[in-house]
Amino acid sequence: MSINPHPELPEFDYIRPASLAEASQFLAQHAGHARPLSGGTDIFVRMRDGIWHDQYLVDVKHLDGTNDLTFTPTGLTIGAGVNMNRIIASPEVQQHYPLLAQACRRVASYQLRTRATVVGNICNASPAGDSIGACIAFGGTLKVHGLNGFRDEPLQGFCLSPGKTRLQPGDIVTAVHLPPPPPGSAGTYLKLGRNTWGDLAIVGVTVLAAPDPTAASGYRFRILLASVAPIPLEAVAAQEALAATPLGEPAFKEAARLAAQACSPIDDVRGSARYRKAMVRKHTQLALLQTWQKLTR
Amino acid sequence: MATHRISLTVNGSTELLDVPSQMTLLQMLRDKLALTGTKNGCSAGECGACTVLLDGEPVNSCLVLAVECQGASVVTVEGLAKDGVLDPIQETIVDHGGVQCGFCTPGMLISSRALLDRNPDPSEDDIREALVGNLCRCTGYNRIVDAVQDSARRQAGKA
Ligand SMILES: Cc1cc2nc3c(=O)[nH]c(=O)nc-3n(C[C@H](O)[C@H](O)[C@H](O)COP(=O)(O)OP(=O)(O)OC[C@H]3O[C@@H](n4cnc5c(N)ncnc54)[C@H](O)[C@@H]3O)c2cc1C
Ligand code: FES
Ligand code: FES
Repeated sequence: MSINPHPELPEFDYIRPASLAEASQFLAQHAGHARPLSGGTDIFVRMRDGIWHDQYLVDVKHLDGTNDLTFTPTGLTIGAGVNMNRIIASPEVQQHYPLLAQACRRVASYQLRTRATVVGNICNASPAGDSIGACIAFGGTLKVHGLNGFRDEPLQGFCLSPGKTRLQPGDIVTAVHLPPPPPGSAGTYLKLGRNTWGDLAIVGVTVLAAPDPTAASGYRFRILLASVAPIPLEAVAAQEALAATPLGEPAFKEAARLAAQACSPIDDVRGSARYRKAMVRKHTQLALLQTWQKLTR
Repeated sequence: MATHRISLTVNGSTELLDVPSQMTLLQMLRDKLALTGTKNGCSAGECGACTVLLDGEPVNSCLVLAVECQGASVVTVEGLAKDGVLDPIQETIVDHGGVQCGFCTPGMLISSRALLDRNPDPSEDDIREALVGNLCRCTGYNRIVDAVQDSARRQAGKA
């Protein structure tokens, strides 16, 4: 067998629709043969590798408002065309959603992030997607334009399996909206790759926490795990334990154990299932501690 | 197979080109414009040898379609020197011996130029983070990092 180190992209037609309505219609009419294109950083690699064979790529990153990044009292709206470097550099994101900036910063390299988008990261529905956990933790919602116009699609439950989402033929995500962060919140994203920067996650741990008087512990935590289940995994038992018990190192240790117990990783080129479980435990504990330090300083 | 007529500027000159949908910016630069300074190392966004500036920001040109560059401004390594005078980052990479086989160099220069444009005074960590997407199999990186630091110092001295 010979390996072609420089496969070219297969033939396809690049479509640049003038409106969202036109784009949705085209995508629905060519269901199974057409795909929305944002940064293309997942698409082009898949097509070169012969995994995807779409006849049409429909460029959706220039359509009405998809290039806007806006922060208002109702929250942050990230247009589908907004690249990750813009998010990282945004003073509003740094001030109100530092967890999201931290997660985006761990994606690949600077030049890849000039093209890569958060919406593409979410729609690609890879368990390894670095920015998905933060968007779920902040309670994000997708704005979707389909054949019947606009609708909102909560991020919780949006990813169904690797590469599969709730999107239907004709659907285009125009933005992801994050509500205002919970008052006093703090978060941490820890990513373990085969090297410090620039690799997909062997394990990714997103933690977001905020004071909440209705919790016995006084705080509510959200823990999302990447690369250890077919979809971004919420460590529910760990979250419940942290709401119920006095907080400190023993509680974080126990929560980390529960998080590791909840995940169902696979063996792959980046790490074994056993290693992943051990690393979830270690990194969850560390992420909880770091978040706690930010919360209480 | 659809072809598209695009116009864009490359290293300051306006180009009018017919490109097939699946042609990448990298292929367009090398095969249509004979700008072979930009290298193809992996065709997959991993190595950074194909890095160019697209509207002032570095991109992996192997992961951008030529047709997506309609109306854009592209700068390749050939566009760094002005009127026969090397860009400061080119000067310092030579002075520090940051080039061995040279395959990574065009991408390194573009990423470094972009870093210095957005952050004229980068720390060593900033430099190493900015160059994460540029792999070098020869130098061990230290001389490249030194070159970027020195370039920043020289720029500051001139300012
Ligand atoms: C070298 C390399 C390194 C990488 N490293 C990382 C990493 O460290 N962490 C990480 O998380 N990812 C990584 N990735 C994957 C990829 O860069 C990210 O998933 C990125 O966020 C995808 O965004 P995009 O805009 O390029 O998506 P695209 O490639 O344009 O699209 C991805 C998928 O989403 C769909 N889609 C895109 N936009 C829309 C829309 N508006 N509406 C509906 N569907 C849409 C597409 O049809 C496609 O199925 C890496 C990729 C490469 C090539
Ligand atoms: S050739 Fe584009 S990143 Fe390697
Ligand atoms: S000098 Fe040879 S790869 Fe960098």
